[in-house]
Amino acid sequence: MDQTIITLTVNGTEVTQPVEPRICLADFLRGQLNLTGTHLGCEHGVCGACTVLVDGRAVRGCLMFAVQAHGLKVETVEGLAPDPQQLNPLQRAFMKHHGLQCGFCTPGILMTMTEFLRNNPAPGERDIREVLSGNICRCTGYEGIVAAVIEAAAEMRGEQTESSLLTETNPT
Amino acid sequence: MKAAPFRYHRPATQREALELLSQCENAKILAGGQSLVPMMNMRYVMADDVIDINRIGALTGIAIEDDHLLVGAMTRQSDLLNHQELKHRAPIFADALSYVGHMQTRNRGTIGGSLAHMDPASELIGLASMLDATITVESIQRGRRECAISTFAKYYFTPDIAPDELLTEVRFALPSGHHRHGFAEFSQRHGDFAIVGAAAIFETDIDKSISKARIVLIGVDAGPVRLSAAENILTGQKPTPDALRAAAETTQTLEYKGDGLVSADYRKRLARIMTARALEQAAGQPQRGT
Repeated sequence: MDQTIITLTVNGTEVTQPVEPRICLADFLRGQLNLTGTHLGCEHGVCGACTVLVDGRAVRGCLMFAVQAHGLKVETVEGLAPDPQQLNPLQRAFMKHHGLQCGFCTPGILMTMTEFLRNNPAPGERDIREVLSGNICRCTGYEGIVAAVIEAAAEMRGEQTESSLLTETNPT
Repeated sequence: MKAAPFRYHRPATQREALELLSQCENAKILAGGQSLVPMMNMRYVMADDVIDINRIGALTGIAIEDDHLLVGAMTRQSDLLNHQELKHRAPIFADALSYVGHMQTRNRGTIGGSLAHMDPASELIGLASMLDATITVESIQRGRRECAISTFAKYYFTPDIAPDELLTEVRFALPSGHHRHGFAEFSQRHGDFAIVGAAAIFETDIDKSISKARIVLIGVDAGPVRLSAAENILTGQKPTPDALRAAAETTQTLEYKGDGLVSADYRKRLARIMTARALEQAAGQPQRGT
């Protein structure tokens, strides 16, 4: 099949690859870049497992062809943690509040909430549930996820929380 | 579930896109892709050529000019939902758009794409009907053509757009400054396709009587259904509970169709309830607008 050369930025690194136009962005990330943190569930835009950020906005990775990302900035779950030994505040709060069980849907939810918390540093529970409606989780019942997002938002605002204390070397 | 192979085109200008459309036999315009790409993934749609119009900057934009709202076809649903001036001038847009899919699909999904896809349950098609929208389509052969929303729906998922035409812009007639609105929708889960939805806008006089009523139903026919009988009942009246009830009752004279999930009777019942809710909201909300 005919391939097109695309250049895009993935988690801050510029990537140039040939790609068949029919390959969706999520398959490209997984199959060609080996970034398998992005998952594919339904492949028709319903489940949200493939959610990644494109130019800062959460989108369905299965509903965008990789060729469309040419010249754009893509962020995936692999880009969230500051280094291999440390999670970011959102990931840490998910761990603490059991915001995941099997973990299949988690990367998509983390990316959705990453955009959401950038735009809404102090969200209400209702707003969190509304945004979360675009991601399906079959394990947790969502309660832990909502609690995790509330706490991560507080920590990112600089308020002291239990999970921020966990990472401090000398809690006061 | 992967899309069938296709040739990909990324025109930089509208002219280039129209030329491609006139040359390609079995082409699809790719706007936000939130309806087209699922259909391609499931191979309901197999196009030889896909013309991606995401890089045509001139197709994006929101402008409020006096009593009209102009929206470029490639404007994202999220951007219209979050438009501050529009939230103030016609808050029904943000209200109705919050029912369109989810944040992640609204970030890609476009206004022109929704109108061209013409799902019978589309909230945007409902707004277009209620606000007497004019839809601009363009082609190389015949130039620019304007379609009234009232004749835009030809059949289910079939708008009045020829294969070589591109939907470029939509113009909504905004309600006057003093108005109230209501929007109600029933679906299995929030963000799912509406089984039935209803929207209402009342423009009011100083004595609180309704000078102009606009009421529309979605999800009940191939296109949106303006409830002109209900509008006539309410025009010149104060929105008393009896008047609202009589207006909602007019939905019961329409014909409803059943489908695999919803019987005609259920849809008919929902039409009355959703209309009543939209009317009550429109009657009860504080005055909005400038």
